[in-house]
This record gives sequence, structure tokens and C-alpha cells, in this order.
Amino acid sequence: MKQQNSVLFIGGIIFGFGLAYGKMSQPEIVLSFLERTDFGLIVLMAAAFSFAFVAINIVPRFIEKPILGGQYKRRERTLSKNSIIGAIVFGVGWGISGLCPGAAISSVGVGNLPALAGIAAMFLGAYVMGRYFS
Amino acid sequence: MFPLGLTSYIIGGAFIGLAVAFVYILTGIHATQSTFFTSTLSYFVKRPYFQRDTNLKSREWRLFFAAGVMLGALIYTLTISPDGFWVTSVPMWRLIFGGFLVGFGTRLSSGCTSGHGISGVASLSTTSVYAVLTFIATGMITVYLLGVLGL
Repeated sequence: MKQQNSVLFIGGIIFGFGLAYGKMSQPEIVLSFLERTDFGLIVLMAAAFSFAFVAINIVPRFIEKPILGGQYKRRERTLSKNSIIGAIVFGVGWGISGLCPGAAISSVGVGNLPALAGIAAMFLGAYVMGRYFS
Repeated sequence: MFPLGLTSYIIGGAFIGLAVAFVYILTGIHATQSTFFTSTLSYFVKRPYFQRDTNLKSREWRLFFAAGVMLGALIYTLTISPDGFWVTSVPMWRLIFGGFLVGFGTRLSSGCTSGHGISGVASLSTTSVYAVLTFIATGMITVYLLGVLGL
């Protein structure tokens, strides 16, 4: 296994463990946030943000380059009509299903096999977007 | 505000943030989720959009990352989960119809709850901040309307 793949595999395990620990693999919990009855999702995002913020903004001041090669680059996207229209559509789908990509994948790991149908539908949605709207 | 308490959200979020930090510090890669669909489709679909360099370069690690996410959730379930294996009661039509829009929308927007929500916001990208505010707003409106319609 390539070094990079091992890192991403281990990172994925930690990520998925966190999603399940934070109940994000349960669509019901995500929907209770969107119903405004449980704001835990914001707390979870804030906790995740604090570590990601340090890694992305502060660590590169002390370590010039990633330990295994490559370079540090902030994740930036140009603001466009598509980035907002896409977010509108994603939000509607999120509200209907209670699933987002990472949470859906972790959901399979907690035994929620119906999430596989949601993941298949995500592949189809990504295909339709790439095939007809790009 | 927090009927289930805060602990699981803080600890869960910390693990997610640690994972993102761990991957970024070692490799410079933003460990995000939704490109996984497009990059995996690039193995099968030869059209130029799917064959973009970003997809070809990342498709292998994205498969490892997704496998890890699934395994991590399984490990949680088999070890310290108070719930054990668990199945949603959200109806199948909602998972499929909503999932389709999630796949379409995240790819059109170039990001999801992790790409825009964690890596993008932590990169202080204004695009990501707007995207996050937008999908939270439309998500809340959608749930409200579904409730009004009794679905």
C-alpha cells in the first residue's frame, strides 16, 4: 500500500469513528438539527473546525512542507453561481434524506444498510451532474 | 437546544477534526468526501469531466479514505457504541430521492459538509462560508416544508 493511501485509510478510520461517535451517521439526528430541535451538529462542526483550523493555518508556519511530500495549500474555491446553486440543491437533498456524503458512508458502518441506497443515489446524482450539467 | 447533551458532539467533532489535521499535516491533502463519487466514476466513465486530473490523481486515496470511514464507524459500533447496530426509520424514498440531490448538488457546488463545512471554512474560504450558510438554510426550509406536508 502506498504511504499516502495508508495515511488516508487511517485518517478515514478516525473520521468515520468521529462521525459515528457524534451520531452523524444517524439521519434522524441530522434531521433534528435541521428541525432546530438539537443544535449538536453545530457543536460537532465547531470542534472539528478548531483542529482543522490549526492544521491548515498554523502548522504550516512551523513546518514548511507536508511530512510525506506535497505542499500546503488552503482549500479555496471561486465563488460562482454553481457553488451556490449546488449548495441549494444539496441542502434540499440533505433535508429530505438526512444524509450527506461522509455521514452516509459511515452510516453503513453502524449497520444502517438502507444508507447504501442513498449512496447509490448520490453516485447517480454525481453522474447526472457531470454528464449533463458540466 | 441540546436534548442529547454536548459530550458526544464535542468528542465526535474532535475525532473528525483530528482526522482532517492528521491527513493534512502529513500529506497536504484535504480529506473531504463528495469528490469521491466523481473520482470513483472516473474508473468507468470516459467523458472529459470525469477524466479531469483532480479526479484521476485523487481517486485511489479517496477509495481508501471512504473504506476507512466505513471501517471507523464499524469499529465504533463494535466497541463503545451504546446503541449497537442501528437502522434508520427514514423512509427509503427519502434516502434515494434526497441522496440523488445530495450527489448532484455537492458536485455542482464542489463541496459538501466536509469539503465546504470543515476544510473550506477552516481555510477561511468565503465561498465555503456562503455554501455552508446556503445548504443549512435550504435544508431547514426543506425539513419545515416536509413537516407542513406531513411527509
